[in-house]
Amino acid sequence: MSAETPPGAPRAPNAKSGRSAAGPRRPAGAPVAAAEADAGGFTGTVSGNRALAIEEPLLFEQGSRQRCGVDLPDPANFKPRLGGLERKGAIGLPGLSESEVVRHFTRLSQKNYAIDAGLFPLGSCTMKHNPRLNEKMARLPGFADLHPLQPLSTVQGALALMDALAHWLKQLTGMPAIALPPAAGAQGELCGMMVIRAAHDAAGQNARRRVLVPESAHGTNPATAALCGYHVDSIPANARGRVDVAALRAKLGPDVAALMLTNPNTCGLFEPEILDIAAVVHGAGAYFYCDGANFNAIVGKVRPADLGIDVMHFNLHKTFSTPHGGGGPGSGPVALVEALAPFAPLPWVVAGPGGFALREDAVGDAAHTIGRLKAFHGQMGMFVRAYAYMLSHGSDGLRQVAEDAVLSANYLLAALRDTLTPAYDGPCMHECLFDDGGLRAFDVSTLDFAKALIDEGFHPTTIYFPLVVHGAMLVEPTETESKGELDRFIAAVRGLKARLDAGGAERFRTAPHYSPRRRLDETRAARQPVLRWSPPAPREAAE
Amino acid sequence: MRYLPLDADDRRAMLARIGAATIDDLFVDVPPAARLSRPVDLPPHAGEIEVERALSALASRNVPAGAAASFLGAGAYRHFIPAAVDHLIQRGEFLTSYTPYQPEISQGTLQYLFEFQTQVALISGMEIANASLYDGASGAAEAAQMARRVTRRAGVVASGGLHPHWRDTVATGLRWSDAALTTAPADPSGTEDLTKLIGADTACVIVQNPTVFGHLRDLSPLARACQANGTLLVVCVPEVASLGVVEPPGAMGADIFVGEGQGLGPGLNFGGPYLGLFATRERFVRQMPGRIAGQTVDVDGRRGWVLTLSTREQHIRREKATSNICTNSGLCALAFTIHMALLGEEGFRRLARLNHAKACRMADRLGAIKGVSLLSDAFFNEVTVRLPVLAAPVVDALARDKVFAGVPASRLYPGEKEMETLLISCASETTTEDDIERLGAALEGTLR
Repeated sequence: MSAETPPGAPRAPNAKSGRSAAGPRRPAGAPVAAAEADAGGFTGTVSGNRALAIEEPLLFEQGSRQRCGVDLPDPANFKPRLGGLERKGAIGLPGLSESEVVRHFTRLSQKNYAIDAGLFPLGSCTMKHNPRLNEKMARLPGFADLHPLQPLSTVQGALALMDALAHWLKQLTGMPAIALPPAAGAQGELCGMMVIRAAHDAAGQNARRRVLVPESAHGTNPATAALCGYHVDSIPANARGRVDVAALRAKLGPDVAALMLTNPNTCGLFEPEILDIAAVVHGAGAYFYCDGANFNAIVGKVRPADLGIDVMHFNLHKTFSTPHGGGGPGSGPVALVEALAPFAPLPWVVAGPGGFALREDAVGDAAHTIGRLKAFHGQMGMFVRAYAYMLSHGSDGLRQVAEDAVLSANYLLAALRDTLTPAYDGPCMHECLFDDGGLRAFDVSTLDFAKALIDEGFHPTTIYFPLVVHGAMLVEPTETESKGELDRFIAAVRGLKARLDAGGAERFRTAPHYSPRRRLDETRAARQPVLRWSPPAPREAAE
Repeated sequence: MRYLPLDADDRRAMLARIGAATIDDLFVDVPPAARLSRPVDLPPHAGEIEVERALSALASRNVPAGAAASFLGAGAYRHFIPAAVDHLIQRGEFLTSYTPYQPEISQGTLQYLFEFQTQVALISGMEIANASLYDGASGAAEAAQMARRVTRRAGVVASGGLHPHWRDTVATGLRWSDAALTTAPADPSGTEDLTKLIGADTACVIVQNPTVFGHLRDLSPLARACQANGTLLVVCVPEVASLGVVEPPGAMGADIFVGEGQGLGPGLNFGGPYLGLFATRERFVRQMPGRIAGQTVDVDGRRGWVLTLSTREQHIRREKATSNICTNSGLCALAFTIHMALLGEEGFRRLARLNHAKACRMADRLGAIKGVSLLSDAFFNEVTVRLPVLAAPVVDALARDKVFAGVPASRLYPGEKEMETLLISCASETTTEDDIERLGAALEGTLR
């Protein structure tokens, strides 16, 4: 994936078992935590708030037309030249003062879990500490306040930074070309696969229309291949969670354009036969695409070029710790071998005698480009953060990042091996995978266990991904957790398992109990979609 | 290394618990030939002081737009962002959270996405919106794909007023599909008639309002022609602030609205990260790309929010998904939502009027210069002028005096002769009278 892994919400297994995914229902209107009723019969609080957990209505349920959180002058005495296209009627936006707006969003923030608050062991998603220096650097006016179409003489430092970032990525991959534009991992994948398609087309190989993708791949891989006009053919894993090289060999043929492989793979395992894989793929005239979502496991230890990889995207928001921000923005540069470099998307940063320039059109050596994937030059704000992260860690620190990430995952695997059921033997790389074998006897699902972890103050692991393991729990601690925090997580998982052993399964099925909301009715959300606020009916009628 | 909490004792103890002698025992699956025995040839780690010094040195080699009298637009707009916006998005609970897949502990993110979707729907005049895409240009490419799914037709028509980066992004996205893209010639006069390009197999027509040259156009006649033909009208709005004063796409008959929210959210950032806005009609929701937050209740009957309709998405549908998008622009959407909350109805309208008023002043000043002709009569905050000389050298010359006069059209249309004398200039609420006079005087100076 490029980008992220969905820890499973839509595949709640409870629907299959006939139990409501939302757990047992309380009578309509029953107050929260009815069990807390005191001798006088009072339950909960008068307001619905619970100390620091404060209920917050929508913006649209607050404010008024007149209030405003900004003071802008009203332009006087001018004649509009809008060609008669003035907006008619009210827009419907609520007006609030700045104090109300600050309070609204502060209260909303308090309903979120975050890496700043604790361990966030989402496998494949790489939730590591986000250094604040990087935020400060990205906000320097010399980066943040640059217009993308300024004269190039006024942005030489920005182009130099892009060039330097590309240099680091080249050194870390051993690959000679870097395409910076893609906006996120999934767009990096699209970039990489389009480059492959363009290269095959240029070589007269446009009969190659099949792409091989392991069953364990991120969903973005097949979705991306389809966007390039490719048919997706899935290849099975062997009993050790790796690519079955014999099966791969059998699937290869003159119509295969590429293999898309994640390495380390989505089971958290390095593909030990990767050199053979590369050899057979190349032998069949196909390209080897690597989903670099898990590059953080090997950065500074292994160069993808030395594994025979032709194309790999990075997720700067994973390996190089640009913040995930509740779902983006990301950044997905792509490393390319020499043969694929001419097809890289526009624009290119090029060094010349008079300084850096941008190649923005498909002429000269860029005549074979796949074209543009987005407006302008890429996710500059993310480039600054990632470059600050790289400079801070340096060559030695990045290597240490990979080693500590792998060490921490193996530590969790060792410590939880007897508590949960590991899907595969170790050693693992940066994440370890368990199945629900140890839970099923209690009629407790992976989802139930995840929700119980919420009550213990931890973000759940990735659940139900990869799909090749039943009830998967994919655990990625990253290198920025202390041993103390890892030990607390281990103690929580063990303690929960001890509760199951002691007959406490029911409480798992109704978890979480202490979060800002308890289990939400996802079926209702999908069947009766309410995707925006609408004014209450009487007001609407009056308008 | 200040970001790594494990110390040597921890590492020893952890290896012992694992039963490994050295860290390299954990990398046994890596073929020996591919293992690096020493660090990559890059500098060693550095402290905050050194890193800040290095990056500040790079930043100081740039001229921020705010340090100049800047009239740059053409797809990226510099607006004033109230201080509260950046303060709030840096709260760790927003900045360092993940995609809200565990809704019970992500209600903050989910509620603001729901508010964002509502704001986008209201300002665009559309029924529903998604939770953001990467940027407007990639949103336009998604819109073309969506229109093809809805209509099951192959033809896509792109207006000559569409920003060339958006046009090219649409073309890249369609390159290996069976779509047929027709691109109208660049339209600096704002007079094109697209109705004659609509055929029986046209899935959608993609237009921009105001156009890349700044022209505001009434799209209702085009919308009627599209509707009569079963063709979807995609209306792109790179300058979202215009919606405070201009009739919105929904009211003109758009089927899909694609906007760029950068100006009111993340800011300039040399081109990214930006904020793709995407809205459409309710009946097309299951063909819409991207994440969507929806309202529901929890087991206690309390209102809450979840990501919904995910059966459209790649993690469920894989190769049959509506899009391959996963990460979007969550934090940029938050910045936009906060800014819109601060503006409210009155502030949003006033901001737009102010932009228009400044642009009228700028247009008058430019038009008064001998030899300069104004190509725009209906516009929002951006106009195109024809200079008596090539525009790019003029822009470069003025930049030396910290006047960013605008974007030479040749930057967007390289090699097109007709574009070489055109300059696209933009004003905003941050433009001062002094800025406008500096621009006018400097242009007069070079043209003399």
